[in-house]
Amino acid sequence: MTRADLCAVILWLGATFYALFGGADFGGGFWDLVAGGAERGERPRALIQRSLTPVWEANHVWLIFILVVLWTAFPPAFSAVMTTLYVPIALAAVGIVLRGSGFAFRKSIEGLSGRRAAGATFAISSLLTPFFMGAVVGAVAAGNVPGDGNGPPFSSWLAPLPLLTGAMFVASGAYLSAVFLIGDARRAGDEELQRYFALRALAAAAVAGLAAAFGLIELHAEARYIFDRLTDEGLPLVILSALCGIGVLFILIAAVRRRAAASSWLLRPLAAGAVIAVIWGWGVAQFPYLVPTSLKIAQTAAPPDTLSIVIVVFIVAAILVLPSLGLLYWLSQKELLSE
Amino acid sequence: MLSLDALPLAASASNLLAAREQMAFTLGFHIVLSCLGVALPATILIANYIGLKRGDDDAMELARRWSKAMAVTFAVGAVTGTVLSFEFGLLWPRFMDRFGAAFGIAFAIEGIFFFLEAIFLAIYIYGWKRLSGWAHFWSGVPMFVTGIGGAFAVVAANSWMNQPQGFTLDAAGKVVDTDPLKVLINPATGYEVPHMILAAYMVVGFLVASIYAVGMLKGRRDRLHRLGLLIPLTIACIVTPIQLFVGDTAAREVADHQPAKFAGMECIEKTGTHQTEYVGGVCTSSGVKGAIPIPDLDSFLVGFSADTKVTGLEDIPKDQRPPANTMLHLAFDAMVGIGTALLALGLWLAFVWWRRRDIPKTPWFLRAVAISGAGAVLALWCGWIVTEVGRQPWIVQGYMRTSEAVTEADGIWFSFALVLLVYAAIGTIAIKVLRGMSRRWREGGAEPEGGTPYAPPTAAGEAGP
Repeated sequence: MTRADLCAVILWLGATFYALFGGADFGGGFWDLVAGGAERGERPRALIQRSLTPVWEANHVWLIFILVVLWTAFPPAFSAVMTTLYVPIALAAVGIVLRGSGFAFRKSIEGLSGRRAAGATFAISSLLTPFFMGAVVGAVAAGNVPGDGNGPPFSSWLAPLPLLTGAMFVASGAYLSAVFLIGDARRAGDEELQRYFALRALAAAAVAGLAAAFGLIELHAEARYIFDRLTDEGLPLVILSALCGIGVLFILIAAVRRRAAASSWLLRPLAAGAVIAVIWGWGVAQFPYLVPTSLKIAQTAAPPDTLSIVIVVFIVAAILVLPSLGLLYWLSQKELLSE
Repeated sequence: MLSLDALPLAASASNLLAAREQMAFTLGFHIVLSCLGVALPATILIANYIGLKRGDDDAMELARRWSKAMAVTFAVGAVTGTVLSFEFGLLWPRFMDRFGAAFGIAFAIEGIFFFLEAIFLAIYIYGWKRLSGWAHFWSGVPMFVTGIGGAFAVVAANSWMNQPQGFTLDAAGKVVDTDPLKVLINPATGYEVPHMILAAYMVVGFLVASIYAVGMLKGRRDRLHRLGLLIPLTIACIVTPIQLFVGDTAAREVADHQPAKFAGMECIEKTGTHQTEYVGGVCTSSGVKGAIPIPDLDSFLVGFSADTKVTGLEDIPKDQRPPANTMLHLAFDAMVGIGTALLALGLWLAFVWWRRRDIPKTPWFLRAVAISGAGAVLALWCGWIVTEVGRQPWIVQGYMRTSEAVTEADGIWFSFALVLLVYAAIGTIAIKVLRGMSRRWREGGAEPEGGTPYAPPTAAGEAGP
């Protein structure tokens, strides 16, 4: 494996962490959005707020990590993506600003109407931001980004595959979030909320699965390179993802039918596994391209010493950041962090 | 959809101006918040330490309040910082394409610091109730270290744009080889980094103190307000003289390495010795109008002798001179002027404290402190105008022009308008939220949310006398 390949792996690891944790935070915003009126939605919203508050900023940093690795290790790819997909990327950036500040403001702003406006801003941008991010990723996968950039600013992403990928991002974030929230509700001893999120996790899983299935069909039509490799080298990962997804469905359906809480310890790892397998399946499928099918990893990579720095930075991050993140999650799960 | 692609959202000929305005505005907005991220942790930790060590409830209450305010400013800072990362690609894609491999190195390192800061800031901010006193204090110490580390990395990236080195270009002008250490520790790192870190401490010190000065002017003269004024003001007053020394060194380095920027800052037309220092005024090609001239001083400041030769704009090719000379000159003078005034404020406090162990009694002192925060922010902005506008027309000094770096994408004026709108809204609401928090604390007394900040059994014992 070359240094450039290793940097691509690091990029994918960053994307995996961001999809799992950042994605779940977006999902939390989605469930906040659809939680209904102030009274009906009060308890789920309170749980979402408690779960997100201490961790969302740290989870958000994975996005910065992805951007930094991309522009440092693969500058031409960064430039090509940015000059082609600037419309959805700019919209995602605006969404990030509105979501973060909406979330920070809604608990400290004066008056109910202000709080509602800030909360709505947070919730709506939690829906739009991952959608635009998904559209960007889908457009890259579809091969709509030319190697020297400046591709068509609208038709590159206003196409079935990018839009479906956007929907899949929203649905899988909602799915992960609901699964995580089941556990949070259990720790809070709230059986009703456990069922509440179990039902929603099922619904989100169905939508995400459906989007994935349609996505495969569209891949066949729009991104043949990826489709062919996904059904070949990437097939084990696709099957793994499907198995994980089915496992989650089983646990959830069993729990809902028994009107019991979904309490299996397997729930979270399986849900995460389904998402992780898709991300790596996609990575395997587009190898050796970073931007299929216009920029190969080797051809867009920075000089070797820069790549070494990116690798060293990642090793340091693995030694310092991952245990610190673990500490943050542990403290948060032990309910030692509160407002 | 092809018709949409051809949609002329704006004339791309004026992209450069729009992109520069958007970058300047978003950076100017974010830089204030990043100062809070860099220097507020130390301010809070000092109050926290005093609170724990001496069992001082007022200091503890201040640390708790400031950390709640920081929760808001850090959130807004995190997302406005993300916007800047996007803007590197959205506004300056050709710069990133050609130089990302060198410019990015510092940001890769910054990533670690920012990550750790976000993590420990969360633990500290949300750990008040359940963590024991000293465990909580130590959970906050990494914020202080990572704040400085992050500032080092980001400013090192900027100093590289001013004095680029540590890379080899091929015939097409692309970076083909890098020396990361040389990129990171370039000739400008040594003065730009400390200048910015000290600026962050000045901004935070004077800004926080000014809030309590306003409160005291309104008659709230309790111990909490006095402490809330003194802790940050002491930090700022200690930092200010060091900053003036660093800034003075920085100006000399700029005169040496970026003569065009220096000539612009000082409105120097003709190369020569015995250069006059112009304070204020309007720069024209036929000399400085309306300034206070001090003969020989400019040469003296650059080389400690009136015989020092200083390059004038006439010797810089026309297409390499910085634009907006008067703005550059006035921004530089304003920064130095405000810095000197803040130094005087610190000396005033130090003198009275030495004689009487008290802050000056006259309301004029509180009035001066009350505007010092805004002054420090203004000086910060002026400093960045000098650095960034003074580097123009280059984005990478001597290697790439800003006009070569800008995007060809349409609609930058549109995106700038959107950014103005969104930032105006979040800026206004953030200030409203912070003022609301302050009012709630005031009306609710010392402990608005009930109970001591820490869980009863451990903290009471440890913090007690």
